[in-house]
Amino acid sequence: MSISVQLSAASLQYAGAAQATFAGLNLNLPAAKWTCLLGPSGCGKTSLLRLLAGLIDSSHQLSGQISCSDGLSIDNRISYMAQQDLLLPWLNVLDNVCLKAKLLTGKVSAGEQHKARQLLAQLNLSGIEKSLPDQLSGGMRQRVALARTLMQDTPIVLMDEPFSALDAVNRYKLQDLAAKVLQGRTVLLITHDPQEALRLSDQLYLFSADQQLLPLPLPDSLPPRAVDAQLGQYQQSLLQKMQVLHG
Amino acid sequence: MAKITLNTATLGNSLSNLWRLTITALVILLLWQAIVVCFEMPPFILPPPLLVLEKLIGSYQLLLSHSLITMSEIVLGLLLGLLMGLLFALQMLLFKPLRRWLLPVLIASQAIPVFALAPILMLWFGYGMTSKVIMAALIIFFPVTTTCFDGLRYTPIGYLDLAHTMGANKWRQLWHIRLPAALPTLASGIRVAAVVAPIGAVVGEWVGSSGGLGYLMLQANARMQIADMFAALFILALFSIALYYFTDLLLKTLIPWHREQAGH
Ligand SMILES: Nc1ncnc2c1ncn2[C@@H]1O[C@H](COP(=O)(O)OP(=O)(O)OP(=O)(O)O)[C@@H](O)[C@H]1O
Ligand SMILES: [Mg+2]
Repeated sequence: MSISVQLSAASLQYAGAAQATFAGLNLNLPAAKWTCLLGPSGCGKTSLLRLLAGLIDSSHQLSGQISCSDGLSIDNRISYMAQQDLLLPWLNVLDNVCLKAKLLTGKVSAGEQHKARQLLAQLNLSGIEKSLPDQLSGGMRQRVALARTLMQDTPIVLMDEPFSALDAVNRYKLQDLAAKVLQGRTVLLITHDPQEALRLSDQLYLFSADQQLLPLPLPDSLPPRAVDAQLGQYQQSLLQKMQVLHG
Repeated sequence: MAKITLNTATLGNSLSNLWRLTITALVILLLWQAIVVCFEMPPFILPPPLLVLEKLIGSYQLLLSHSLITMSEIVLGLLLGLLMGLLFALQMLLFKPLRRWLLPVLIASQAIPVFALAPILMLWFGYGMTSKVIMAALIIFFPVTTTCFDGLRYTPIGYLDLAHTMGANKWRQLWHIRLPAALPTLASGIRVAAVVAPIGAVVGEWVGSSGGLGYLMLQANARMQIADMFAALFILALFSIALYYFTDLLLKTLIPWHREQAGH
């Protein structure tokens, strides 16, 4: 079942920081849609995502409310993909994909292994189950991380520039793949790349310099969009807007 | 394909290592002989290599029995020290309030020279093996504890974030994430320990013992049997080198991902 998430009046000030990273921020993540967040470096995108993931510890000053459309808590219902694939170098691919089971129960059942193999096959990764992460290319590693995310099977997926370390072709392919396999999940994607945002968003915000979220127009077609003339025009106007906003 | 080349490469590496070691040993032996001949060293100051070899063969039973004592002390001390260091580091990690009390203890353990403790250890634990095992364990306690603690403390934050979002509890996080992530750092501590532990055991034997290579050396020295002393020293050096390479090999086998990271 898909759920939407509402973040209200979120504020965060890191311990020792002179001013708040953001304050009074509202963000709605519609059910089963992709919400993308663009913004300059250091504006607080990662901080916002970490706040949603419950990763900011209580030594910092934070407030705000996170509510899900089904009334349950968001805890344990998110999965998290970072810029680094975070594959554990001492576990082989299969064990990395099954990491959640291992961390929760201490072991991985045959059924889970079977499911993981299927996911790997779906992501074109058959035959590398026993490889260590160090033996894989960057693109493969990020696909394994995607498989691990799918294996977690959570309704909400938070992604922090997961494709930014990849080359253009691999990034394009992985964007398509992610859009396909994450269908039905509520996704928040943080990115530096306007084209990526325009390709994948159902809803797109720009983190402005005064720490507000500015909604941006999108092409009518459905994601994942092809990079065509229309997308190019949107990209052009988006780049101009970002220039104006961020000097 | 790539894997095969890699394996032959490592094999070739260890073979050339062996070669290098042999050549180094030969050069040292030759130099030794040259010094004896050129400076006309009397055998009670510097015995020629062949005389030492003679002693090695002649009194091999005596040497063997004493070697076994020293080697057991070293290995047991190494294991005991590792265990103590590991437990100490874990305690400091898990019980934050304790850390503030234990950290000064750890630093003090390094500030007091372990050698100065040797006579006291003899007094408490007798002249047998126990005091030497404890001596070796104490001398490696600091490097093992600090490397282990550092390794456990500086787990990459991303791994911990991931474990957190997956809902892992503290213990599973420790076992599945923190400990394996700390292994490469700990391994360098263990390597140092393997080199230092023999010093602890031998110093212990010098201070007071009834057996072991250190004891043998003292006895031989007192009787001016310098060739015997060199024979004991030779065995000690050989064992220490072997211990280091064995430890290194063991760690590389147990932590295969570390070497590959280093290669990047
Ligand atoms: N743990 C922390 N403690 C203190 N300050 C922090 C911490 N993490 C981030 N900051 C600060 O908060 C601000 C926002 O950081 P954040 O990582 O959220 O930015 P970002 O938008 O993700 O940047 P980028 O696009 O470069 O990833 C930065 O000024 C940063 O220095
Ligand atoms: Mg960031």
